[in-house]
Amino acid sequence: MSSRDGSTAVTYEDEHVHHVYEQIASHFSSTRYKPWPIVERFLQGLPDGAVGVDVGCGNGKYLTVNPKVFILASDRSQALTKIAAQHQPHAALIADNLSLPHPPSSFDFAISIAVIHHLSTPARRVEAIKSVLELLKPNRALKQESPNGSVSQSPDSSDGRALIYVWALEQKNSRRGWDEGMAQDVMVPWVTKSSRGTSSKPLKRNSAVEHSETRQSDLSKGSVTAQSRKGESLTPSDSSQTFYRYYHLYRAGELEQDVSDAGGTVIESGYEKDNWWAIIVRNSEP
Amino acid sequence: MKVLTVNFLTCAVKTCKTSPEAFPLHFRDAELAQQDLEFNPEFIKNMLLRLDWNAFRVTTSELGFSTIPAEKPEGDALNDETLLRDLHKVLLETQVMEGKLVCGHCAHEYAIKEGIANFLLPNHLV
Repeated sequence: MSSRDGSTAVTYEDEHVHHVYEQIASHFSSTRYKPWPIVERFLQGLPDGAVGVDVGCGNGKYLTVNPKVFILASDRSQALTKIAAQHQPHAALIADNLSLPHPPSSFDFAISIAVIHHLSTPARRVEAIKSVLELLKPNRALKQESPNGSVSQSPDSSDGRALIYVWALEQKNSRRGWDEGMAQDVMVPWVTKSSRGTSSKPLKRNSAVEHSETRQSDLSKGSVTAQSRKGESLTPSDSSQTFYRYYHLYRAGELEQDVSDAGGTVIESGYEKDNWWAIIVRNSEP
Repeated sequence: MKVLTVNFLTCAVKTCKTSPEAFPLHFRDAELAQQDLEFNPEFIKNMLLRLDWNAFRVTTSELGFSTIPAEKPEGDALNDETLLRDLHKVLLETQVMEGKLVCGHCAHEYAIKEGIANFLLPNHLV
């Protein structure tokens, strides 16, 4: 993927990410209502009146967690933004995560959940983290230089901080079965059921996994240049449609590296339910 | 889109972000609607702490509100429920449904449709 240049990447993501979400928005949204615990904890731990952003908010399911903070949520998808706009007292707007319409250095917090893995080159993923970091209030912690010349930072609890979530390569117990050593750039199917004949409501209301995706391990090993197979049906019923979304699956340590390349410091990170996550702050200006 | 929202927006064009002219964005041809929302005085007080008052004054005068105090309310004024209710009405309940937001630096116009502003840039501005 590293050979892909910027404008090719934009066209690619347009077809294999943005267009797909626009098509599957309403069905996708009906399966997205249960906040992930780490995200919930992060948002509930914010002081009352904190102001932040939700970059790539999707249907806005995290806007329901804490009504005492103000969140400016944004997404590329017009259809998903419309759904997200219903959550008060927050705001929702259409924006690209590499060109966010916010003043730099002004926010207490940011979340970008299951978003950065949709960018199709390493440079664009680092850029996406950078544009989240730039919005945060700068890290005011004093730099401490140790005798050996290394610099350590101890962030203050009032520093702006961001929570980033990406899909993990290491998920051998998930029904997709990806694991260490497998291809990281994959096309993941999404099967929508049309209202004709079948109900479009979620089958498993408690499931946090993407229940409507069919496992396709051949794709995960295959080339990312696989063509979008919009409209191709995987089941005998003609009431379903399959869409393929591009993902970059993160391997252990890769998110931390991207954060560091973007000029941030990880203050807490971990693995939860097939995802890598990190709470990050901006490095102090040199 | 809420009036409060505009206080946290600037132009999406990278070279505009550091320009003081890009903040706040300016409303043009704004069509307003009123949406009833639950009054939460603590939330309004907290947002007042965060509000750039000068930018808020620019925005509200563009939208035709004439009764916004010249100075940001502080101290005892924050216990004035009438004032907080007025601000609640302006900041949260006033919705700009249609119109444009215009950058004072590059003059790019962002459309607002059905209450949602679209900040996607044409390729030549990315």
